[in-house]
Amino acid sequence: MPATITPIDTDRDRKRRVDDHDNGSGRRPPNDNRDKRTGGGGDGDNWNERPHGSRGPRERLGSYRLALFFAIAGDLMFFVALVSVFFVARTTGHFDAYNRYINEWLPTAIPPILWLNTAVLLLSSVTIELARRSMFHEQHVMEEWFGLGKPTSRRAAPWLIASILLGSLFLAGQTIAWKQLASQHVFFASSQSSHFFYLITYTHAIHLFLGIGALLTALFGLYTSRQIETRQILVDCTAWYWHSMGLFWIFLFTLLAFFQ
Amino acid sequence: MTPTPRHQSSTTSPLPPNPYTLPPLFTTDHHTIGRLYLLLALFSVIIGTTLSLHMRLHLIWPGLNIERILPGSYLAIMTVHGTIMLFFVLTTAPQSGFGNLILPAQIGSRRMALPLVNAFSFWLTALSLLVLCSSAFTEAGSPLSGWTAYPPLSAVASAGPGQGLGMDLWLASIALFAIASTMSSINTLVTIIRLRCEGMTWDRLPLTVWGWFTAALLSILAFSVLLAALLLLFCDRHAGTSFFLPANDLVNGTLHTSGSGSPLLWLHLFWFFGHPEVYIAILPGMGLTSMLLANFARRRVFAYRTMIVTTLLIGFLGILVWGHHMFISGLSPYAISAFSVSTIAIGIPATAKVLSWLATIWRSRPQYTTAMLFSLGFVSLFITGGLTGPILAQPILDQYLHNTFFVVAHFHLIMAMAGVFALFAATYYWFPQITRSATCPGRLMSETLGRWHFATTLLGAYATFLPMHLTGLAGEPRHYAQLSGVPNAAGHLLADLLPLNRFITAAAIFLASAQLLFLVNLVRSLRHGQLAPTNPWQATTMEWRPALKNISPIHETNSRADVSDLKIVVYRSPCEYHSSLHPSSFTPQWEPEITLNTTDDDPE
Ligand code: HEM
Ligand SMILES: [Cu+2]
Repeated sequence: MPATITPIDTDRDRKRRVDDHDNGSGRRPPNDNRDKRTGGGGDGDNWNERPHGSRGPRERLGSYRLALFFAIAGDLMFFVALVSVFFVARTTGHFDAYNRYINEWLPTAIPPILWLNTAVLLLSSVTIELARRSMFHEQHVMEEWFGLGKPTSRRAAPWLIASILLGSLFLAGQTIAWKQLASQHVFFASSQSSHFFYLITYTHAIHLFLGIGALLTALFGLYTSRQIETRQILVDCTAWYWHSMGLFWIFLFTLLAFFQ
Repeated sequence: MTPTPRHQSSTTSPLPPNPYTLPPLFTTDHHTIGRLYLLLALFSVIIGTTLSLHMRLHLIWPGLNIERILPGSYLAIMTVHGTIMLFFVLTTAPQSGFGNLILPAQIGSRRMALPLVNAFSFWLTALSLLVLCSSAFTEAGSPLSGWTAYPPLSAVASAGPGQGLGMDLWLASIALFAIASTMSSINTLVTIIRLRCEGMTWDRLPLTVWGWFTAALLSILAFSVLLAALLLLFCDRHAGTSFFLPANDLVNGTLHTSGSGSPLLWLHLFWFFGHPEVYIAILPGMGLTSMLLANFARRRVFAYRTMIVTTLLIGFLGILVWGHHMFISGLSPYAISAFSVSTIAIGIPATAKVLSWLATIWRSRPQYTTAMLFSLGFVSLFITGGLTGPILAQPILDQYLHNTFFVVAHFHLIMAMAGVFALFAATYYWFPQITRSATCPGRLMSETLGRWHFATTLLGAYATFLPMHLTGLAGEPRHYAQLSGVPNAAGHLLADLLPLNRFITAAAIFLASAQLLFLVNLVRSLRHGQLAPTNPWQATTMEWRPALKNISPIHETNSRADVSDLKIVVYRSPCEYHSSLHPSSFTPQWEPEITLNTTDDDPE
């Protein structure tokens, strides 16, 4: 009696390439970070032959990162517009009643606490990067993969909390800066340069406020989400957003401190 | 070893048997969201058209006092008309409406990349529309400052009725819209970049997808700048700044001494957004036109790769030409020359597009379906409207023409009418896609009614907008509420134009009434239209792929059977038609083997 050795069609279709990362469980561990090109790639990686949504752990992460990239590109344009207006306002003046050209720009003195705030923000970028890296720590991811608890999240959580604290500290520092300026009677409407000081610090603070919201969501996700991919996405995207806001701040702060 | 199936949320929700049952409110299904966007655009276009008729009637008949019927003055109505048409019709319907309905299928994906973001941006758009409409019901009505919101009119609350609360609502509405559009563009870009199926290389993407792609890139750049500009304007109005207010400006009887800014700054920021915005509105239509002309002529798109390049080039140059809206605003002559050159340069890729459209259908024997007719209409309108572009791009000529109806004629032909024709072509062509559901095949619209609709609309469009060139050349200004009662020579001139203006108004009423044919056709075909075969137009692009089961929302199917059954693969470029004599002889993108469906040779 010949045994059925021909697999059914659907079985035959799947050509799996066995390679060193493959632990034979039929699914790649979520720390596999090789390029998963899709769309016309056809590079023989069988993960690409699967429908969208099941092409391995990095697929969703890649999409979210890309989305974040475009969002930050748009955000960058927002700040570029503000900064261009800053330069236009700084360099233009007007003619007074006696036909004299007047440039009314008077720089706003930067409260020194901003230096401290900048340092805090930089530090928070370090802590969040540590959180991000621990989500991708190869060995811990594998442990989770085998069902041995949630070592990645356990290690990432303190760093996330540290980032939240540092981020809040930065915002508190900004509030102090605004208070200091207000006590010197420098308000939003006071002068041309104060418009920009407040506009830039306010809009950036709103971005950081949203960032802290994202950090809290990520922290919440660490405890509630069972899928490691989801947790990785949460932490990873928040971290990149946070880094970008840090970078934006460096530029904006340089602008306020040295280019008024 | 068997793979561990990953069941995250494999609850396949039972699909509604009737495709027209209301969807769950916050659905993330891209197909439903696309339909909701189209519904929103339809609602908006009806309002916008009504308002435009109101304006035309007011122009020739100021004594009629139709203000009693609709709230708001002439300028308020103009503002709402422009804003609704540009944002809520020509931006949402092609980019988000059809972008959701068709785009995923055309690239061989079953979903959009970010479903939640998608749903969120739709509801934000709806909210934005609501806020805009609510401005009409405030005490002083909608703002007067047009869709371009030039300061100081827009920056000073006492500048006129509607510039207070009405203007604030306008600002809020457009800010919401900018955020919503940015999010939906991010979704579009990620979908196109990440979710193309196997074999769908960049040069195999249909030109429609390239249109969506370029428009989405432009949206991300442009809407963010608009948002910044709106924020600054808001500060000017409420936070005591004066970015856009010059010193000693007399606005509506009040002298504003404290200003230190310049309205020119707003113009720069606004048009840096505004010009790309008009390309956001038209690029998907251009792509669709290329594909439809090719499909019904059974020809390849002439110079396919060049068309991809021109799409991107138009997008790129579109960022560099904003100054042509500011020729008479006091730009430096050097800047004016530069913008004039870049504007004329954009004529080159635009002309290349037109040549490709003409070459594609040249001496073919097209099937004149309604969709094809509307695409041909698009080409015709684009040429007619485009011819006046290089005229306006010359600063000297624009000095005279800028504030006249000549500009109104230009942008209504090239953007408004061409854009709407592309939307009609899309609706007739993709109606089966709009109406299909997981369980029912789609329906077709009536071709007979469609042809009548096309003929009357084309006639109405030209009859309405061609004479505007003449009144503009004769000096009829834009943004004037009435043409009679003006003293002196100017009054004489305008009085002479009154007969022609009466004709234009009559033509506009005719044009609007012709759309009733469309509405009737739409409503009738939704329920009683002929059931469409799987590939009614014998098209080659992926949205007509027969086995495309639209299981929505699709979740990760990981069991083996699903993998191979549902795998979508593309084998070739679009537009592989083998003979214009045998329309059924073609190889769609999903077909692995070329099948020649004809026995005799192509005589051409
Ligand atoms: C050959 C290509 C084109 C050229 C050279 C061109 C040139 C111009 C110029 C110079 C103006 C400014 C006129 C003025 O305000 O005095 C203008 C206005 C306008 N154009 Fe075009 N254009 C072209 C294509 C388009 C396209 C494709 C669209 C839309 C899809 C479009 C939409 C508009 C709109 C909406 C305005 C008026 C905006 C306003 O002032 O409210 N144009 N065009
Ligand atoms: Cu323009």
